[in-house]
Amino acid sequence: MSVLLRINNLRGGYYKEDVIRGLSLNVNQGDFLVIIGPNGSGKTTLLRLATRVLNIKNGEVLYKDENILEMELKEFCRKVAFVSQDIATGFSFTVMELVLMGRIPYLKRLQFETKRDIEIAQEKLALTDALSLKDKRIDELSAGERQRVVIARALAQEPELLFLDEPTSHLDIGHQIQTLDLLKKLNRQNNLTIVMILHDLNLASAYSNRIALLDNGIIFKEGSPDEVLTYENIESVYKTIVLVNNNPLTGKPNVVLVPGDR
Amino acid sequence: MHFKRSLLILFLLLCVAIIFALIKGAVNIPLANLLFKDNQVIFNLRLLRIAAAILVGSGLSVSGIALQSILRNPLAEPYLLGTSSGAGLTAVIAVILGVSRIYMPLAAFLGAILSILIVYSLARGRGVIADKSLILSGVIISVAFSSVIVFLVSLFGNQAMHEMNWWLWGSLQVYDYKLLLLVALVVILGICVVYFFAQDLNAISMGEEEAMHLGIDTQNIKKILILTTALITASLICICGIIGFVGLIVPHMMRLVAGPNHKVLIPTTCLAASVFMVFCDLLSRTLFSPVEIPIGVITAIIGTPVFIILLKKGKRI
Repeated sequence: MSVLLRINNLRGGYYKEDVIRGLSLNVNQGDFLVIIGPNGSGKTTLLRLATRVLNIKNGEVLYKDENILEMELKEFCRKVAFVSQDIATGFSFTVMELVLMGRIPYLKRLQFETKRDIEIAQEKLALTDALSLKDKRIDELSAGERQRVVIARALAQEPELLFLDEPTSHLDIGHQIQTLDLLKKLNRQNNLTIVMILHDLNLASAYSNRIALLDNGIIFKEGSPDEVLTYENIESVYKTIVLVNNNPLTGKPNVVLVPGDR
Repeated sequence: MHFKRSLLILFLLLCVAIIFALIKGAVNIPLANLLFKDNQVIFNLRLLRIAAAILVGSGLSVSGIALQSILRNPLAEPYLLGTSSGAGLTAVIAVILGVSRIYMPLAAFLGAILSILIVYSLARGRGVIADKSLILSGVIISVAFSSVIVFLVSLFGNQAMHEMNWWLWGSLQVYDYKLLLLVALVVILGICVVYFFAQDLNAISMGEEEAMHLGIDTQNIKKILILTTALITASLICICGIIGFVGLIVPHMMRLVAGPNHKVLIPTTCLAASVFMVFCDLLSRTLFSPVEIPIGVITAIIGTPVFIILLKKGKRI
């Protein structure tokens, strides 16, 4: 299995404080890697460093053995796309206009989108089951619809690697499953490598092939759901008592929360 | 294509507005007589006014579009970064010092640029410009400079009063065509620069981080566009004073009509704002002729109901 993204001894964060403190992690081609960890453990910061939004202080991130800082920015964005928790909806672009923005890394300055770009945008909207929304304005969409549209935009970048920062945080359980099923399908059928932050440990367990548990800016434990989601690991990182059994349907670990006051 | 058709319609409207603005005025001159020798002076004066109206309309509205999108703030406008009070302050100081009228535009231009430099350096921390700090510094500097203006005017009495009113209300009557040409050059180049970044503005208006994930160098583009809009605004202030409303409301009107896509929005707004300003100027000098009503008053009186209708309709045309 070839390594797509190699993170070596990465350090960085914000002005005064390094949130990520010497973290190493490999993402393999075809991975569905879920990053979990408590608030403030550095999950979002890690994604920001790996996508060139924040400056790397030390260490390196290699994409197919090429340092990401040495890649041309638009070239990088043709390989790696990012879906954030939620998007600003202050300006009422239509869904089609928004998805076409995913083609920006392919366009020259002042160039209008070509027929081909529009076809790709439509194709990606169809893939995320959002083609019927294409003429709607983004401020008219529900949270679930908006998430599908934003994923379609990321797909319009035709990336090999897709990062997602808690894509299910604003969604009800039905839409959570719908979104993750879609991503799993893209991962399997379109060979899209996925790295995703999730808070819900059971969703992480059900969908990922690998989990990275972050604590204090480093990887506490990384491996298959069975290896990572043990009650010892969870208790020592999240400082809370849990019960881990197996999901009767999938056989994957199932984390049961234990209320403090019973 | 829909876009080209709207451009054509707006262009024809502009031509009509220009013809009306040429023949109507304190004296009505038939179109055929316009080129006669004895009408030359009136013709030239009106032509300069029309040119000034087009420059002010397109320059300020495009600056407004750029700043609103960069800062993702609907209240952003070309004077947000303190340019108006900066220009006003140095103009008033120049009047008090008895500087010759020829140098007044230069004084105003320097004041506008100075205030932007102050606002910019206040907002700059840790190597990045924070949107909120930029807006707040702009507001603070405006208030501070305005207070100094009032302070100076109260000390030095009537001497500066007339001049200050001119800066505050603005006027499209330009006498110095060489200066107008220079301003035209800055404004046209400036608009081209903003249009050059139309695609980036689309992405940035959805959020700075979002734009970075699409391969856009947001920090540098922001710097370039803030500087560009500052130069456009400062140049316009020094020939026409401060003309409100166009830079704030016309961009919003056009977003309602043409949608938020900057590739379409910027050219259509240029034309629409030009038509709007030429028309408003025509009204300002013919409505109660020979008394001329300040252009800023007309833009607000005409613009507000138009804006309300568009807002209530709420659909792209």
